[in-house]
Amino acid sequence: MGPLLEVKNLKKHFSVNKGSIFNKNVGTLKAVDDVSFEVYKGETLGLVGESGCGKSTAGRCILRLIEPTEGEISFEGRDLRALNAKDIRRARKDLQMVFQDPYASLNPRMKVRDIISEPILLHGITRGREVQNRVAKLLDVVGLAPYHADRYAHEFSGGQRQRIGIARALAVEPKLVVCDEPVSALDVSIQAQVINLMEDLQREFDLTFIFIAHDLSVVHHISDRVAVMYLGRVVEIAGYSELYKNSQHPYTKALLSAIPVANPKLKKERIVLKGDVMSPIDLPPGCNFHNRCPHAAAVCKETAPVLKDIGNGHKVACHMI
Amino acid sequence: MSETVLNLNDTQQPRNETRESKGLWADAFNRIVRSKSSLIGLIIVAIFLLVALVAPVIAPYDPINDSDLVKRLEEPSGQHIMGRDSQGRDIFSRLIYGSRISVQIGVISVSFALILGVSLGAAAGYYGRWLDGIIMRAMDILLAFPSVLLAIAITAVLGPELRNAMIAIGVVYTPHFARIVRSTVLSVKAAEYIEAARSIGCSDLRIIMRHVLPNCIAPIIVQTTLSVGTAILDAAALSFLGLGAQPPTPEWGAMLSDGRSYIQKAPHVMIFPGMAIMFVVLGFNLLGDGLRDALDPRLKQ
Repeated sequence: MGPLLEVKNLKKHFSVNKGSIFNKNVGTLKAVDDVSFEVYKGETLGLVGESGCGKSTAGRCILRLIEPTEGEISFEGRDLRALNAKDIRRARKDLQMVFQDPYASLNPRMKVRDIISEPILLHGITRGREVQNRVAKLLDVVGLAPYHADRYAHEFSGGQRQRIGIARALAVEPKLVVCDEPVSALDVSIQAQVINLMEDLQREFDLTFIFIAHDLSVVHHISDRVAVMYLGRVVEIAGYSELYKNSQHPYTKALLSAIPVANPKLKKERIVLKGDVMSPIDLPPGCNFHNRCPHAAAVCKETAPVLKDIGNGHKVACHMI
Repeated sequence: MSETVLNLNDTQQPRNETRESKGLWADAFNRIVRSKSSLIGLIIVAIFLLVALVAPVIAPYDPINDSDLVKRLEEPSGQHIMGRDSQGRDIFSRLIYGSRISVQIGVISVSFALILGVSLGAAAGYYGRWLDGIIMRAMDILLAFPSVLLAIAITAVLGPELRNAMIAIGVVYTPHFARIVRSTVLSVKAAEYIEAARSIGCSDLRIIMRHVLPNCIAPIIVQTTLSVGTAILDAAALSFLGLGAQPPTPEWGAMLSDGRSYIQKAPHVMIFPGMAIMFVVLGFNLLGDGLRDALDPRLKQ
């Protein structure tokens, strides 16, 4: 069976302009540069990387909330980039999103009932009285009570709000849910609750997740496979346990070494990267990581490495492997 | 296990629903009543609207036909508490009926500006780019003229009539609404819940109507209230100049203009309409300022 979602050579470039009347293009920001990956039905793909590496942009490009510059996004064999405005709105029935900030992602002027029923009505899932039954059921599924439907979003805590956001995404029975750092704005104790909830829902509704995060321990909990991004490119992609045990890319190694271990006696070698991330505007050719890489060679400054399969679906983009 | 326990704590004790769901408006009303100046504004506006509503019941005489030229410019007395005007008509009755015309002017001209200004401002703010440029430059051109001068020019072109004066005032007030709505739309548009609305499949029109504009409502209400007051003032100015309501319509500005020639001999003919205009405009301004503070404390500057 083919993948549910296939992203090929996805690019999103923003031009950086100066001046208000005579716009002068002073550079190109490659937020997402040649990213390819597949997502299979029922799995969770973790998309990790530091702030500004383009993971959220990539997620939004898949739903076409941001128009990609180039590339191919095929969902169940259908090219999403070829759809017109009306068809992409329809296609969003199958593709949903859970947002990062539960305080900003719910309309403050709408009751929870209206927030959750809006997608149901828009896509004509049910009509009339059934809609309210469905809202009540969705609230129950995410662990809220039916009387919560008549409240406004500001009356809830962060964790409860995120549950409302999840209920809204699930309202249309989507096949794929892009979760854009859904727990990073929550307290750690609430994070675990929400992640457990998402895992339960995935099992119950046969969902496929793209789980964007900057926290590997969160990704560890939920992901089947992980793609590591650095400055707009995927540097390594593998099953989680494979990645954990057998990471190849120096950036992934550094990231993994930063996960704290709950055993003070265990001494771990910590890889501390030197230098800063390069400016994403007008990147030089070559590997984006070459200025911080401990193993950088001359070739790294000249040509960008491509993802190579090293077996078991483990792919790495590095000249030194 | 721990999850269920936490959940119970989360969901216990449903808070008082009536107080919670009315939230914003109940709070706003409380704040208006608590502030002295906005309470005065509210009372003036309420009296004004009430008088307009029951004018035929409370007016002692007919505003146009009950004239007695022999007793013209008669001073205030027990029978005519504000005296008679140049045609011998009861000024008090004419003021009462005039409030109906002022309400009409305020509502119609401001609604005109509201509908036009909000649509233009929302389109400019939401779509941005060249549409924003075209709309807002057009609004800047309208704003470049002094408002009364522009209104005079428009009524002069359309012809001196109350209806045309209302259209002129509507046009003059449109850019104020467009500007305020545009800037509010720009800030609301960037919110994550707008992106969420797109992600669930809302069309642009639906996003503007259901998600963007409801979150711009506070500044729109404040601007509407303030505009009703100044629109009444501007309409009075146009009528005073003979470009708005025509005699014998009991319009306040026209009454003021009528009494102008007798200011030395019979000042009451001018004083009462002048005071009526002043109080109504004051009332709307106080209420508008109060609403601004009550609906959104951040707008205070």
